[in-house]
Amino acid sequence: MSGTAVPAQGVDGPAPSAPEEPSSVVRLRIRFAKQGKVCWTSHRDVARMWERALRRSGLPVAWSEGFSPHPLLSFGLALPTGCASRAEYLDVRLDVSPTVAAGGVGPDTDPWVGDGWTEKVSELPELLSALLPAGVEVQATAAVRHGTRSLQQDVTSCSWELEVLGVATEKLAERVERLLDAPSITIRRERKGRTVEDDLRPSVLALTLVPGANDAIEDTPRCLRAELATHPRGVRPGELLEGLGADLVLARACRTHQWIERDGARREPLDIGEEPGAAAPHAQERAS
Amino acid sequence: METLWGRIEPLLASVTKPARYIGGEQGATYPTHGDGEVAWLLVYPDTYEIGLPNQGLQILYEILNERPDALAERSYAPWIDMEAAMRAAGLPLFSVENHLPARAFDVLAFNLSAELVYTNVVNLIDLAGVAVRAAERSAGDPLVVAGGHCAFNPEPLADFVDAFVLGDGEEAVGEVNEVLGSWLAEPVDRRDRRGLLRDLARVEGVYVPALYEPHYDAAGRLVGTEPVEPGVPATVDKRTISDLAEWPYPRRQLVPLTEVVHDRLNVEVFRGCTRGCRFCQAGMITRPVRERPAAQVREMVRDGLERTGYDEVALTSLSTADFSGIEGTVRDIIEDPRHGERVSVSLPSLRVDAFTVGTAAQIQRVRRTGLTFAPEGGTWRMRQVINKLITEEDLYSAVDAAFSQGWRRVKLYFLIGLPTEQDEDVLGIAELGRRCVEVGRRHHKSVTVVASVGGFVPKPHTPFQWFGQDTVAELARKVRLLREAAKGAKGLTIRWHDPEASAAEGIASRGDRRVGRVIERVWRAGGTFQEWSERFDLSLWEEALAAEGLSLADIVHRQRDQHEALPWDHISAGLHRDFLFEDWLDAIAEKGLEDCRWTPCYDCGACTGFGIEHVVAAAVPPAGGSQGTGQDLSAGDRVPVQFTATATASATATATASRVPVASGGATS
Repeated sequence: MSGTAVPAQGVDGPAPSAPEEPSSVVRLRIRFAKQGKVCWTSHRDVARMWERALRRSGLPVAWSEGFSPHPLLSFGLALPTGCASRAEYLDVRLDVSPTVAAGGVGPDTDPWVGDGWTEKVSELPELLSALLPAGVEVQATAAVRHGTRSLQQDVTSCSWELEVLGVATEKLAERVERLLDAPSITIRRERKGRTVEDDLRPSVLALTLVPGANDAIEDTPRCLRAELATHPRGVRPGELLEGLGADLVLARACRTHQWIERDGARREPLDIGEEPGAAAPHAQERAS
Repeated sequence: METLWGRIEPLLASVTKPARYIGGEQGATYPTHGDGEVAWLLVYPDTYEIGLPNQGLQILYEILNERPDALAERSYAPWIDMEAAMRAAGLPLFSVENHLPARAFDVLAFNLSAELVYTNVVNLIDLAGVAVRAAERSAGDPLVVAGGHCAFNPEPLADFVDAFVLGDGEEAVGEVNEVLGSWLAEPVDRRDRRGLLRDLARVEGVYVPALYEPHYDAAGRLVGTEPVEPGVPATVDKRTISDLAEWPYPRRQLVPLTEVVHDRLNVEVFRGCTRGCRFCQAGMITRPVRERPAAQVREMVRDGLERTGYDEVALTSLSTADFSGIEGTVRDIIEDPRHGERVSVSLPSLRVDAFTVGTAAQIQRVRRTGLTFAPEGGTWRMRQVINKLITEEDLYSAVDAAFSQGWRRVKLYFLIGLPTEQDEDVLGIAELGRRCVEVGRRHHKSVTVVASVGGFVPKPHTPFQWFGQDTVAELARKVRLLREAAKGAKGLTIRWHDPEASAAEGIASRGDRRVGRVIERVWRAGGTFQEWSERFDLSLWEEALAAEGLSLADIVHRQRDQHEALPWDHISAGLHRDFLFEDWLDAIAEKGLEDCRWTPCYDCGACTGFGIEHVVAAAVPPAGGSQGTGQDLSAGDRVPVQFTATATASATATATASRVPVASGGATS
């Protein structure tokens, strides 16, 4: 008998390349937040939540061909379990050809046929948020052009807000300065059961200590803002903390932005791949 | 009481699978606690991912939360890393909805699905901050109750549990709630816990161990378990709901945020089974068969899929292929356009015949990886003993159908250590597996057959309750024998269950009240999560038995006498002891018994004793394999296909010399 659900492909790898994607397939990029208790779910858990929510939504999600068909969802960089985020991304391929769209599950799938889907995009944040668990909230969606590189390939850095415990404010300020001044910072991490050494320094693009009202009070968290590179590999907030000293404890972490650097400018992933001349209308911000 | 979430969350970064502790399932209820409701904490004594899908717990969760005078939250056993972190931080067991401490609840209700969780039950009572022994609890403490299949021998847990609910819980849970409601309405200083127990014992199906006392003879053998005061029933009968259609639960199956076992929609299509497999406790204690109307099944599937977003639905029961009109029901589900093309239906319990495989082929459109059958016995003789009347013809035609319809992997479940078992029966498993590979090779070059072998543990309220379980050494010898016989058989893999775990399961399954102290000792020695192979340790059990003056030989391996008092004699699943004993004699005589659903009543007691009947839509056995009903069983061992002789086959022939099967047609090669 079949076992547990097969997770969506492309969760950890690059998006399935579709060189000859039919014109009826459109790509939708979704930005969502993950906050509260749901932060303690894993990247794979989030993929499963999305698969179920999309099935209930009636959106005509395109499926892969082959022996084990799966919905064509492509997630961005994995968020470490336990971290919150106000900037998670997901690309969904929709097949708006009449046969597929009309066979969907939802009550009114007809609007998705042909060009009808463009009308529905503005309703998506509210529609999808209602189908997702508490704490997962869709903020905005945008159509992206065919041939746009996958989120995993394209995103170059992430901004983080970190709350740390274990050291006085002045000490932390010193350490931040020392890290930024250092030519290299060696950290160790486990990789396939072996300990490897990495230079953290090139991946720390920015790091500042944010003054807070409780800075003088002991055992309250201090706040850091950091921008960490995602290539050649994504550096995790915990690794940054290790670079600042083994006595630091990460109390809370929130990814606030993901950035795509192109031609020297940082852009937000929803603002990169839309159809030329159709930028703003589809990037509907959700008031929240 | 205040939520503990603020103190729980800081622990999560350092434990494995933190999503086990956050709740947040779709379908969960977040009740507001007040004075007017009895607050239940429904506890599954294993990890979240094992316990969350449990349908019994989910049914009671909904029924209680629908009542104006009750509320319910859930809790699961924290894994050892989390438990250590909780104890270090001074945190008690908590609910996953509002993250409230267990003591914020009036009742801790445990689901007992397996015996090896008993040490977890004790641990969780302790983690809740409640005295583990029922006798040491006072009026302000929560009531500890338990239900589920294992409650049919409640004695091993009698020291720790205030009340057991036997059988179907749908109606009983409300009655227990009412008794508790009136008790809680009294001011705390005027509440009498003993009085509460007496009131509970008056609810049909509720067993209160404190009101019963076991008596032993000079040699330490049980002579009987009797009420300690008047007004307490000498025997407690199980509860049985007569019509499943009145209970379309769960209506809102929980959809977890993280991965769990059976992560799909589950719809129960019938309860009870009268196939009469003699080793199967579930089949004996859940009689009679009560089918859900097909229309209601379709409705529950449709609503469930739309609500949950699952793409798989399992039609659950003890033998789903026996559901009247299963084909039509399945076809309606997969052809319903609202479900799209991607919904797959699974039948978790396949009957072994070609017809059933045909149905499975229709519905497993998406993933066709492996198919599982449970012949249980390696020879026709053995299968007559256990009354699993799968003929050789049924078996090979099922396997042939599976391989011809695209499956490449077939998994077969067997038991070893069954009554009257000879080495030839064990070797028969290897021979049968080898033949299945040969059948498969006719369709594909590369096929896999996995024979999975478990050591048989006799269970209360079955015809095998008198049987002396095989020792660890004997089970291990049989496993070796089997592995030896399967050596060199390409495509055949033998897997086996740890014989030591079967021994511990035997203690908890048929032990009497004295086993409670053994369980407590194993728990105090750190023996939690005993059903997890990496945590299981038989030496903990052996040491605890020795310290209590008990032995495996007496509790587990000894064959019981016909008239011996059994620890569960005062608990009734409706089955007459005479019926079970006659069936035991029939087993030894290798005599099969047809399914009473479609044949005259044997008066086992499950229907007649409670004035209820089977609820079955079709008056005739299902098409295709009827497995014993109306079949000519004299040819049951006739192999319908020709196989090549092998070394394994000749080994079988040698072993056969010691015993001639009664119904042998001699057509094994």
